[in-house]
Amino acid sequence: MFEIRCPYCGPRDEPEFKYGGQAHVAYPADPEVLSDEEWARFLFVRDNSRGRYAERWNHAAGCRRWFNVIRDTGTHELVGSYRVGEQPADAR
Amino acid sequence: MKRLDDRGRIDHDHSFEFTYDGRTLTAHPGDTLASALLANGVDVIGTSVLMSRPRGVVTDNVTDPHALAQVGTGAVTEPLMRMNEVEVFAGFEAEGRLHQGLLPTERESTRFEKRFAHCDVLVVGAGPAGLSAALVAADAGARVILVDSQAHLGGALLGSEKLIDNQPAMRWVVDVEARLRANPDVTILTRTTAFNNGDQGAVALMERVTEHLPESEREGRAVRRMWQVRTHELVVATGATERPLVFADNDRPGVMLAAGVRGFLHRFGLVPEKLVVFTACDDAYRTAIDLAGAGVAVEMIVDVRKDPQGSLIKRARELGIEIRDNAAVIGTDGDADGVLTAVRVTSLDGGVPEAIACDCLAVSGGWDPLFDLHLHVSGGSRWNRKLVGFVPDGSLPGIRVTGSAAGIFGTAGCRRDGHVVGLVAAEATGHGTTADGPVAPEGHDANEGPTADFVDVPGTERIHAFVDQHRDVALAGVDRALGSGIHHVEHVKRYTLVGTGTEQGRTAKVNAGRLTARHFGLDFAEVGISNARPLAQPMTFGSLAGRSLGVRFDPVRTTSIHPWHVAHGAIFEDVGQWKRPWFFPQGSEDMDAAVLRECAAVREGVGMMDASTLGKIDVKGKDAGEFLDRLYTGVMSSLKPGRARYGVMCKADGMVMDDGVVLRLADDHFMATTTTGGAAGVLDWMEDFLQTEWPDLDVWLTSVTEQWATVAVVGPKAREVMAVLAPELDVTQDAFKFMQLEDAVVAGIESRVARISFSGELAFEINVPMTYGLALWEAVYAAGQPFGITPYGTESMHVLRAEKGYFIVGQETDGTVTPLDLGLDWMIADKEFVGRRSLRRSDMLRDDRKQLVGILPVDPKDRLPEGAQLIDSAEYEIPVPMIGHVTSSYESSAMGRTFGLALVRGGRNRIGETIYAPLADRTVAVEIVDPVIFDQEGARRDG
Repeated sequence: MFEIRCPYCGPRDEPEFKYGGQAHVAYPADPEVLSDEEWARFLFVRDNSRGRYAERWNHAAGCRRWFNVIRDTGTHELVGSYRVGEQPADAR
Repeated sequence: MKRLDDRGRIDHDHSFEFTYDGRTLTAHPGDTLASALLANGVDVIGTSVLMSRPRGVVTDNVTDPHALAQVGTGAVTEPLMRMNEVEVFAGFEAEGRLHQGLLPTERESTRFEKRFAHCDVLVVGAGPAGLSAALVAADAGARVILVDSQAHLGGALLGSEKLIDNQPAMRWVVDVEARLRANPDVTILTRTTAFNNGDQGAVALMERVTEHLPESEREGRAVRRMWQVRTHELVVATGATERPLVFADNDRPGVMLAAGVRGFLHRFGLVPEKLVVFTACDDAYRTAIDLAGAGVAVEMIVDVRKDPQGSLIKRARELGIEIRDNAAVIGTDGDADGVLTAVRVTSLDGGVPEAIACDCLAVSGGWDPLFDLHLHVSGGSRWNRKLVGFVPDGSLPGIRVTGSAAGIFGTAGCRRDGHVVGLVAAEATGHGTTADGPVAPEGHDANEGPTADFVDVPGTERIHAFVDQHRDVALAGVDRALGSGIHHVEHVKRYTLVGTGTEQGRTAKVNAGRLTARHFGLDFAEVGISNARPLAQPMTFGSLAGRSLGVRFDPVRTTSIHPWHVAHGAIFEDVGQWKRPWFFPQGSEDMDAAVLRECAAVREGVGMMDASTLGKIDVKGKDAGEFLDRLYTGVMSSLKPGRARYGVMCKADGMVMDDGVVLRLADDHFMATTTTGGAAGVLDWMEDFLQTEWPDLDVWLTSVTEQWATVAVVGPKAREVMAVLAPELDVTQDAFKFMQLEDAVVAGIESRVARISFSGELAFEINVPMTYGLALWEAVYAAGQPFGITPYGTESMHVLRAEKGYFIVGQETDGTVTPLDLGLDWMIADKEFVGRRSLRRSDMLRDDRKQLVGILPVDPKDRLPEGAQLIDSAEYEIPVPMIGHVTSSYESSAMGRTFGLALVRGGRNRIGETIYAPLADRTVAVEIVDPVIFDQEGARRDG
């Protein structure tokens, strides 16, 4: 059970949160100009890497805010959290 | 074994009776089930799982491969309880079921509970290392929780005669305990097992609160309590466990682990008559020395090593104990019950075995450090050739392994290491500094010689030389696995079941791994052992569930009208967490009869339904219309205040996610309704886009599901009922049109009335604040009496909407169905919305996609089961291509026949064709029809 730092509420136990997949995958600004392959890549393809990974979490049973977490997928270390609009380098 | 009155930590002055396998036995306060059985001469505690061989207690701790019992009877019985952990009391009952237990006959919610705790330093294990760590960390000011699985602190010191500072070690333990208990920031939990280590210091503990007490002394307290601790620093001081040696008939009752024999003396005052020690290490000499000191005849120490040296060997020699080096026990003899009477000793250079009479053989093959809590979070391990055991490899943030768990043997060494680790852990939490902390304790440990890397005795008979006594796996079984071509320890484990027992193969896994490595001529350091996964010790489901059983398992949501439904005999259906009336049977009606009656009432007169559970999301802000346009397939921003529109939303992949009616209350104010089960997900979905994709939009979302109660009045006579209820509201068609909202006083209650229909009939949905729900319902019921108003439930609602071809999210859709598949082309507005691009992916344009159609069984009385597959031909051979499936199937009172909805490949182009549903007992011919089967012209909507 992770202890996740919500940037708004502080550290809380994992059951208060909902997972949202890889971070920084924006909904395309103009989907209609994308080819089927480009669109499918947005829909279905995500990184599955070992090491530091930026992912989205929602403090569903708390402030209900979405934010991002840097997690090491090899060690489960939670390196830091940052708000929507901030960059991974802002994680703390 | 026999009891010495002046030894052990039990209360010799008091005794009580308990029952084992129906026999009445006597024990003293402080006895475990294992010690009590040994004291009563119960050498055979049960038989083994495969070979039905007699088995006895092997050691004094939870690694014992078969000291497992069924404890308690009936509703409170628990299987596979560890005899060395279970404390007996007056009236205690147990049964010798070593491998297959019985489950309790009833669920109870009062015996187990849970709690949460936070601390700076959690120390697991209260032996010399753990106590030292806890003491320095607490003295530095850290909040400390110290846990130990035994009833008393001291760890291995409880089972020894060791000295600390020239005093009996237990005096030091008592002193440390007193200092810890005096510190208000220290919590000491005895009888508590740390069984799981999660991420970021989430450690699960199981405390045996009153399990060791008779019912009369439990005073309503829980039997066990699970603790979920979040700690900054975890100190793993869980000690080490002894492993056996492998030789023929090493499973006889009387063959025990050496430290266990010593433990039974020091903890319970139990000794055999005649002892032989068989060892590959120095530590077992302590057993010989201690038991000789207690007056036991120590016949011989058999040591596999050549000419062992060291202070313990010297001491044994001084006591006159015969030491046979370079020798092994190659077999054992027993009496008619199979209990040990003699061992056969042979030189490892060969020769004729010599029989030595004894009733106890104390065996030691060396020690395995125990550090499961480090392994649970992917900590590594490596084989230490010098120790002949696995030790932790590498370090993990916030986890420190100390003492013999880290391969540091010897009391002084453990105290020193624990001291240092405790200081470091406290400093890491901001308490004290290692730079000028207290000085580590002095002291020297006995000079011990190296442990021999020795598993099985050469030349021993292999059929009954057990590697895993719990699983009845002998050398011959391992031979068979290796001979069959298996060459990985994980495969050996699964083929033979070595190490898979409920005691988790603590005494078997390392030996099995070494045998595997040797067979292939490999280095054991490379081969390794099979993984140690959580839990570190099995826990019963009951104690993990705590009180979260029955109604406390998951919240139950009910509407304010619920008491009326209960009083009127509704049968309920679970929809998400909601209890919804499924149908309202009258008299002896079954479900089918009740549903036919309810549906007929709605189509011919008037019905009423509690629609309060529908999800309701308040959407406010100047961009609310724009926001909804981006999520729904249709346009919501063009709605006029006071009007409503049906909407569907898709996931990004274009699949239907949810649907509902959106009401516009004002220019900047909407209320979106969702399906009952989808409400939370839709709100999350909306929040996600609002916060992460379109934070620039001025929109505020609020769940108001539980703020409103909704009563639907439905049927041709609905207008007449409304006229009675709301005399000031003009309900004529011209004044109050379909999809229109009106604020009105209904039955004296300020209400929001909407003409929304989910049945195709004239319908009014009356929304009032939730607390007025029951009053409104009762008023509607009373006003409707002259018109025969009929309450109906979700089943009738499903039938009525299916007759009209209205799909239900989750029934007609399953995450693979697009709006186009449902024939909702008319709802796809010419604008961008989430998922729109997916609707023209090549896969979406296939003309053989499954599409929603109606189906009519050719036999109008035949009702298909929902989920039935559909095929093209009445004559078929398996395998037969499936072209679709039935999603809804009912009997219609309005049409006087059965009907259904189905998803069929290319179905819309096949209307009029006959296809088939192959069932187990018959094949049903069905005609494909338009999904709108009843009232195709929509004439009924306006009454």
